Amino acid sequence: MSFSATSSIALGGGSPEASAAKITSKRPKYSRFTQQELPACKPILTPKWVILTFLVSGVVFIPLGAICLFASQGVIEIIDQYDTDCIPLTFRDNKVRYIQGLEDKRCNRTITVTKTMKNPVYVYYQLENYYQNHRRYVKSRQDGQLRSPKDEHDVKSCAPEDTVGGEPIVPCGLVAWSLFNDTYDFTRNNQKLSVNKKDISWKSDRDSKFGKNVFPKNFQKGSPIGGKSLDPKIPLSEQEDLIVWMRTAALPIFRKLYGKIDTDLEAGDTINVLLQNNYNTYSFNGKKKLVLSTTSWLGGRNDFLGIAYLTVGSICLSLAVFFSVLYLAKPRQLGDPSYLSWNRSAGGGR
Amino acid sequence: MAGERNRNKGMRLSKLYSFKCLKPFSKEDHHSQIGSRGYSRVVFCNDPDNPEALNLNYRGNYVSTTKYTAANFVPKSLFEQFRRVANIYFLVVAFVSFSPLAPYTAPSVLAPLLFVIGATMVKEGVEDLRRRRQDVEANNRRVLVFGKNEGTFGETKWKNLRVGDVVKVHKDEYFPADLLLLSSSYEDGVCYVETMNLDGETNLKLKHALEITSESDYDQEEFRGGVIKCEDPNEHLYSFVGTLHYKGQQYPLSPQQILLRDSKLRNTDYIYGVVVFTGHDTKVMQNATDPPSKRSKIERKMDKIVYVLFSILIVIAFTGSVFFGIITRRDVTDDGKKLRRWYVRPDVTSVFYDPHRAVLASFFHFLTALMLYGYLIPISLYVSIEVVKVLQSVFINQDQEMYHEETDRPARARTSNLNEELGQVDTILSDKTGTLTCNSMEFVKCSIGGTAYGRGMTEVEVALRKQKGVMTPQEEIKESSTKSVKGFNFWDERIVNGRWIDQPNAELIQKFFRVLAICHTAIPDVDGETGEISYEAESPDEAAFVIASRELGFEFFARSQSNISLHEIDHVTGEKVDRVYELLHVLEFSSSRKRMSVIVRNPENRLLLLSKGADSVMFERLAKHGRQFERETKEHIKRYAEAGLRTLVITYREVDEEEYRIWEEEFLNAKTLVTEDRDALIDAAADKIEKDLILLGSTAVEDKLQKGVPDCIEKLSQAGVKIWVLTGDKTETAINIGYACSLLREGMKKILITLDSPDIETLEKQGDKDAVAKASFQSIKKQLREGMSQTAAAAATNDPANENVQMFGLVIDGKSLTFALDKKLEKEFLELTSRCSSVICCRSSPKQKALVTRLVKSGTGRTTLAIGDGANDVGMLQEADIGVGISGAEGMQAVMASDFAIAQFRFLERLLLVHGHWCYRRIAMMICYFFYKNLAFGFTLFWYEAYASFSGKPAYNDWYMSCYNVFFTSLPVIALGVFDQDVSARLCLKYPLLYQEGVQNILFSWERILGWMSNGIISSMIVFFLTIHTLDSQAFRKDGQVADYSVLGVTMYSSVVWTVNCQMAISINYFTWIQHCFIWGSIGFWYLFLVVYGSLPPTFSTTAFQVFVETSAPSPICWLTLVLVTFSALLPYFTYRAFQIKFRPMYHDIIVEQRRTERPESGTRTTSIVSGELPVQVEFTLHHLKANLSRRDSWN
Repeated sequence: MSFSATSSIALGGGSPEASAAKITSKRPKYSRFTQQELPACKPILTPKWVILTFLVSGVVFIPLGAICLFASQGVIEIIDQYDTDCIPLTFRDNKVRYIQGLEDKRCNRTITVTKTMKNPVYVYYQLENYYQNHRRYVKSRQDGQLRSPKDEHDVKSCAPEDTVGGEPIVPCGLVAWSLFNDTYDFTRNNQKLSVNKKDISWKSDRDSKFGKNVFPKNFQKGSPIGGKSLDPKIPLSEQEDLIVWMRTAALPIFRKLYGKIDTDLEAGDTINVLLQNNYNTYSFNGKKKLVLSTTSWLGGRNDFLGIAYLTVGSICLSLAVFFSVLYLAKPRQLGDPSYLSWNRSAGGGR
Repeated sequence: MAGERNRNKGMRLSKLYSFKCLKPFSKEDHHSQIGSRGYSRVVFCNDPDNPEALNLNYRGNYVSTTKYTAANFVPKSLFEQFRRVANIYFLVVAFVSFSPLAPYTAPSVLAPLLFVIGATMVKEGVEDLRRRRQDVEANNRRVLVFGKNEGTFGETKWKNLRVGDVVKVHKDEYFPADLLLLSSSYEDGVCYVETMNLDGETNLKLKHALEITSESDYDQEEFRGGVIKCEDPNEHLYSFVGTLHYKGQQYPLSPQQILLRDSKLRNTDYIYGVVVFTGHDTKVMQNATDPPSKRSKIERKMDKIVYVLFSILIVIAFTGSVFFGIITRRDVTDDGKKLRRWYVRPDVTSVFYDPHRAVLASFFHFLTALMLYGYLIPISLYVSIEVVKVLQSVFINQDQEMYHEETDRPARARTSNLNEELGQVDTILSDKTGTLTCNSMEFVKCSIGGTAYGRGMTEVEVALRKQKGVMTPQEEIKESSTKSVKGFNFWDERIVNGRWIDQPNAELIQKFFRVLAICHTAIPDVDGETGEISYEAESPDEAAFVIASRELGFEFFARSQSNISLHEIDHVTGEKVDRVYELLHVLEFSSSRKRMSVIVRNPENRLLLLSKGADSVMFERLAKHGRQFERETKEHIKRYAEAGLRTLVITYREVDEEEYRIWEEEFLNAKTLVTEDRDALIDAAADKIEKDLILLGSTAVEDKLQKGVPDCIEKLSQAGVKIWVLTGDKTETAINIGYACSLLREGMKKILITLDSPDIETLEKQGDKDAVAKASFQSIKKQLREGMSQTAAAAATNDPANENVQMFGLVIDGKSLTFALDKKLEKEFLELTSRCSSVICCRSSPKQKALVTRLVKSGTGRTTLAIGDGANDVGMLQEADIGVGISGAEGMQAVMASDFAIAQFRFLERLLLVHGHWCYRRIAMMICYFFYKNLAFGFTLFWYEAYASFSGKPAYNDWYMSCYNVFFTSLPVIALGVFDQDVSARLCLKYPLLYQEGVQNILFSWERILGWMSNGIISSMIVFFLTIHTLDSQAFRKDGQVADYSVLGVTMYSSVVWTVNCQMAISINYFTWIQHCFIWGSIGFWYLFLVVYGSLPPTFSTTAFQVFVETSAPSPICWLTLVLVTFSALLPYFTYRAFQIKFRPMYHDIIVEQRRTERPESGTRTTSIVSGELPVQVEFTLHHLKANLSRRDSWN
């Protein structure tokens, strides 16, 4: 595209009579604005600019894509899907009964580290086919109640998890009620790997959304019990698992931060995970995965952005080439009048 | 009454203003009906306390023209607003938003709706307030009324006047109500009235009081005991039926005694009158109907698009709710024993999610979805368009190039509804007199006693010669320019400066000019200081005659009720003498009589009938001995007509006393009649004396072409606009004017359709009307067929590449037109006209003008523009898609009925080619873009639903969404609609063919609209899918946090805001600081909003809490996503444009390119303007396109 600043002067405007005009004259006042002659740039898509635009975007996007891809490839990620494997073989046909029953839910998993993972290593749980963005679900919470004990009784929007025996539930609502309750304990070479569960939530959430003087009340007292219970002695602002869970996910496949491992994991390390498989994803065929991942400046591992940049960049480059060839092979003189669109579309659209 | 009602029903044309002026024609004597229904009004003069009068309880004189009152403003304006489909939808949504159905919170729905409705209401309110102020001003004007001061006249406000009051109105004051004239400062009770505000005519009208009331001076003597019984209030300005019961007698009243509200007393010191109608009962208020509201084609099409969007809305909402129903039903299996998605508690749920009642739930969900996807319907579209159009009108009003210095009139867009329609005009229907011509008549030639006087060439002659290639000989006598007199452009050394005395036919010349000086209704106005005389005349022709006779020595200087006084040069002595003619009768001019006469007694005590009129009626009234110069005069008249002059035949006769006495009796009888056919009887009586006339000669006045008319017409026809001229002129005159204003050109084939053939004339003489009609019909049919075959033959031989495309011009006269407009021939006539590049209808009446306009409008379906200046054009102006009034000399009536008013015909070129083109383009682009941006946004919501199990959760925070239309995207669109220009005004005028973009509706064709819509949907897909894949489940920051609902929403929403604003930036053609400001400002404002809104406590900001500052801004991936998504979403459009410019460039693309390439060569800009020559390529284009145009026409 090319830009040219034209500063045109009115042709007939500002004639001498105007200056000597009578006071009563209705002559419109001259200004570039009213005469629609403001200086302006008028971009035109000349071949030069078309090719240049495509070329430049290609040249910028391809390296960008490469950088992104490189960053993503540098992230080491271990995913372990355990939903089926953690069901004893006898219960495989009726997983739901197992998960809802009182059987021992412990489950041992072994993870092998293939490449060195520099600390911090982030531990996530990933749920699939779980609609945390369901409207009924999302709406079922009360921000005021989370923030201040004053609003404890304000549980209108939380139904059906609003009250137990007439007493309000804190925190109320489906979101809190369905809190994820699988737990992971990591050991490496029979040594416990400590998982740091501090600072896994957003600071602003801890400071402003969840009150320091709000304590869980009547939580998971009703029936049925949804998920994890909360220690009624710890204020909500320190219940980081809850805070993380309450930031609902946008899509049905999501990860949530479980904790951080603050030591490096070496290549070849074998990590044993003692897992409490409590959470019911079986009734809706949801998958559960444990994820260990490092991060780059771009975040976790996802090649999509890099590939997308590379793709768009190459489309631009090929378009640049295509248009160059087109203009070379079939040049159309600028302003050539023999191409007039409505000749062909005459009568159209009426 | 019943009869009258039926008649009205049958006559649909009565809606047209011009037919309203026609007197209701009825054989019945309305006076006999006084007291019955429709004629029941009783006015007790000056007797306000009369119990009967109080009983009647007529309305007061308070007038209110406002649409609203303080009390009903809110409900009424709201009702007006909600007559629009889209607004109703939003209202329903607003109500439903309070129920749990709503996908978002109620305030976020209400806020934008209130904003939009509020803005429109404020606009309405301001407009109404202005009207109210005018009302207050009028209502509080003061008037002298009897009885306020114990038996004398005292001041009161207009609004306090009551029916029956006696008022005194002074010179140059307006009448406060409809009054019955009692008496005036003149002894005989006459007064002059200016009715400019009523009908726009500037000439003065004479009114007289009844003799019985006119003799008293009501300052001294109270007017009491009179009772007026008259018609009920009605809108007929020129009729009044009533009787005055006074002193035991009955006196019939006529319009002659009625002074209408809003007209002005002139040339009369004061009058007394009785209030008959007050306030809204007055004729002027009864007439105040709103002009027919016109809507542009684009707007009508826009409604259709809104319906399309509604259908899309319903379809996607339906799809969504079906899926929702299926998914919801599956949540409970095994008869309620197993819960699938236990976390939403499907076992204890409200009906909206109840898996057991899934069908009902999905129905409710459908309603929710209708609300959720409501962003497809642009809530602010209507209000934005209104704002844009008002601003566009401001630009039209402010254009200096359309300002006329002489009359101090700028162009005025009287309605802003039709701006873009100006860019789509296919046919212009133009009046001639006053529109193409100046309507200031100049006396240029005359023929007296068979001798032609007057040298000099008319413009038409000059133009004709120029076309024939003959250079104009410079024989003009410069002497005449020594003193230029307005209305007089006559030079002949034999006559001027008193030299006519030496002519052999001096006596004839004297008689000739005496007729001109006496036979008229002008009023002299002597300047007190200089003694110079100016005239106020009913028509400019008459003024030209009086001025001419003054210049040649017959100075009319005084008129009284019964006398006309002249300063004359005696042809024997050559001295100036004053002569007084006693004026006995004026036989007035009317369009049916086509002549006017006066009967005077000259100082020699001889009775003379002086008469002037159209040749068609005058020659048949000549006496046998009066035809001495008939042949020569007819010859001259023909030549004058060819030169584009208006001619009148001048005659006189002497009347002997006896004949006069008998005739006068009859005439007076007819005059005093009060029945409806009085006029017919008067005409018949007048007819009896206007015979056996003696021919003196004829006059020829020139109605000069307005400046720039030929060039303007040339330009417009280059732009492919067809021009029809509808005129009352003679065929020859019309044809010649046609040539003069380059409507007809040399080399153009002329098709003449006329009924002036000998066989029809002979039939007419036999008087068999049916036979004439039949023969005429056949003849017109034949002529139309011939015309068709001619054009068809030409079209067949025309090679598009051929330079000499045969052009046709059609000339048809009024009589033929009546037959051509017949249902049976209509189609063929239209077909033929569509093949001709210009059409001239001569001798057409106002009614025909309106009919032709309607025919063209409905027959072709194209946009028509009518332009005219006089009351006779009003019907045409209102009938056409666009009415343009010339605010020229002939009053304001046409302007009042018009949509646009310009001072000169030539401004039409700029109005159409520049403003029309721009406005069309702007509005078309704006609407397309509007739909684009709303689809681009609305569909992201839909895609998100697919990932939220169609539960109705929007992807964004409620307040982001409600601000979308109002704050983040509205100003750039308005800037587009107000300021965008594809090419500059200069290029618009240089390449008139550009105008075809509008005529062929290229920018608002369905392909284009659907193109933009699909672009919107594609953008939404790119935005959505790229965003959800880059912000997948992995961490999106170095600190391992994952992107949740709020981050995804913010990122996606930012992408949408960036995309639609950048789309605007790459699709507009004109970047001033305003555009930069608005486009980048909108994006900036979004971030500002985000920061401010995000810093509110979380109970208000919910998901937006700190989302930008803490969460997404520090994340590089969010920014990289934004860049990628915005660029990719623009890529399809950009690529499409690149391809389009390469393979199918639009005309304006070429022009812009051309300008770019030609500029380095042409050096400074001014030279390229001055040269004004079209580059060779463009010349070629023009031919190419013309050929295409003609081909297109022949297809239609």
